[in-house]
Amino acid sequence: MTAVPDIEFRAVTKRYGAVTAVRGVDLAIPPSAFVALLGPSGCGKTTCLRMIGGFEQPSEGQVLIRGRDMAGTPPYRRPVNMVFQQYALFPHLDVEENISYGLRQARPRLSSHEIALRAGEALSMVQLAGYGRRKIHELSGGQQQRVALARALVNKPAVLLLDEPLAALDKKLRTDMQIELQNLQREIGITFVLVTHDQEEALSMSDFVCVMNGGRIVQLGQPSEIYDEPADLFVADFVGKTNLVSGKVARLSGDLVDVALADGTVISARKRVPLSRGEAVSVSLRPESLSLSAPGSGSLKGIVRNRIFLGSTAEYAIEVRGIGSLLAKADHVIGQGNLFKPGEPVAIGFAAGAPLAFPHANNNGTNQREDQNAEILS
Amino acid sequence: MRRSFFRKNLVTALLLAPAALWLVVFLVLPFVAIAIFSVGERAPEGGYQAALTFAQYANLPARATAFWNTMVLAPIGALACLLVAYPVAYYLALRAPDRWRLILLAMIVIPFWTSLLMRTYAWMYILGGRGIPALLTYVGIEDLRLINTPGAVLLGIVYGYLPLMILPIYVSLERLDRRLLEASADLGATPLSTFLGVTLRLSLPGVMTGFSLVMILLLGEYLIPTLLGGGKVFFIGNALVDLFLQSRNWPFGSAIAITLVLVSVVVLIIANRISTRLSGARRVDLI
Repeated sequence: MTAVPDIEFRAVTKRYGAVTAVRGVDLAIPPSAFVALLGPSGCGKTTCLRMIGGFEQPSEGQVLIRGRDMAGTPPYRRPVNMVFQQYALFPHLDVEENISYGLRQARPRLSSHEIALRAGEALSMVQLAGYGRRKIHELSGGQQQRVALARALVNKPAVLLLDEPLAALDKKLRTDMQIELQNLQREIGITFVLVTHDQEEALSMSDFVCVMNGGRIVQLGQPSEIYDEPADLFVADFVGKTNLVSGKVARLSGDLVDVALADGTVISARKRVPLSRGEAVSVSLRPESLSLSAPGSGSLKGIVRNRIFLGSTAEYAIEVRGIGSLLAKADHVIGQGNLFKPGEPVAIGFAAGAPLAFPHANNNGTNQREDQNAEILS
Repeated sequence: MRRSFFRKNLVTALLLAPAALWLVVFLVLPFVAIAIFSVGERAPEGGYQAALTFAQYANLPARATAFWNTMVLAPIGALACLLVAYPVAYYLALRAPDRWRLILLAMIVIPFWTSLLMRTYAWMYILGGRGIPALLTYVGIEDLRLINTPGAVLLGIVYGYLPLMILPIYVSLERLDRRLLEASADLGATPLSTFLGVTLRLSLPGVMTGFSLVMILLLGEYLIPTLLGGGKVFFIGNALVDLFLQSRNWPFGSAIAITLVLVSVVVLIIANRISTRLSGARRVDLI
């Protein structure tokens, strides 16, 4: 990419006393992208966002906005605006005063005519025209969310920062807002950086997902890449639902490995990192890559324990002896009927190339705990 | 249904009875008595003699100095308290390290455990001839008079009433959502405009509570002007003591007392109006 990145992290580390929240993060966010920082709580994502906003200073490394090093630049001189968690709207100002707050800080001063004009535009942009004189506490959660968006966007920032913006909304509203945010980003064409712990939200809205764990970036890629080709066991487990089955490498052949599962079954899996023969591995099996059929064919045999009918799909919890419970997901075709019933024996097959094998060791455990402390501190 | 409703009301009435009785005996009845006194006449040997006249009210200008001193020094005193108290409250609520906060708060409250009389006496000596003026003679400043001046009264007022101003402001700043300050900075506001536009605005209920509290107590202040003003800086409180206990002119004293109450109520109403207007829905919790 030749263009100057909107946001760039160069070897950024952030420590709070003895606790390290962000460890040597390098990241370049291209212009006009919708990027999600995704990770469990305490992974350092919020700290990263706050370093862009200027509320935290990196202990080491640099944060650049449009190529300019931001060291020593206070929040009020940065060309970015933030939508805060729970919005942080000013309770003593009405909707329009909240939205024009940033415009009134501009130097040289804007004319009151221009302020009113731009605030009005921002209000209609978030479909709140006519709500200007309302008090903040008279608005619903969704409306407050829109005011927070308008208050940030009215300043025409280079980058919009969103800190868990949908966390306080109910599910229906959240889905609507996801679509609306996506549309807004395309319309305005500026970079959105979204922090979320909700993998579904990250996958559904963003162009790029940056998965973080233990203060590091574990994977950066398009949502489908993250889902289909997780870089490690953590990403495979954290993003989307998956079954993790332990086994041992029985045979290596190019990109593929044969893994012997605990019950003796051997399945073919792809590997993302080098593995050696006899190594203990976890195999990730996405629920939708499992195919169920009547007993007789397939690699594994099991018994249906639970059926969760979801309309377009049905999920099955299947007990496989020696392995444990596996989650399978099957499309439901109208009229086909014949769903498997609890107690029924089934055979399980795997879509070719779908199983992924990862080294078994989990070396992120300690880091994660440390970083949870960091988030509490911040 | 009706029976339980009746019983519930009976319980409520019984629980409220002691407080209601207290209010009637010690507030309503004395107030009515004072109101009646204020339209009466002084008996020849002092005290009260029944009459219906507004002569006492017409005579109020005779105590204009006491009214004037009170009306000037009470707001100035409250304002001086506010100017000293706000930075302290701000530091305590927003800047002080957590482990120090409690200790610092205790240091503000603990002097309250000693009587105001004792502490004001201490000031009498500090400001008196053998106190600070005596020390200043060593650096060549002679004949400085501190005690028995309006300045001494003001100092006493600030000293005595500071905690009453600090605590409500501290509470309102403590409740302030810190993310609002970040949001303000994020929207381009400098620290000064964040302070004026967010911090100060949202702490106004606390400011108004502290201000009205101190102001109202000052309107009836007696002790500090007596000890530190030496009878030269005369407050309404001093005038009342004088009229009731020395010259035994109860009706005139009552007229002054009634006027004082009316002024206090007006002050409270104005403070409440301002505070409600400035901070939206929130109200001063004093009335």
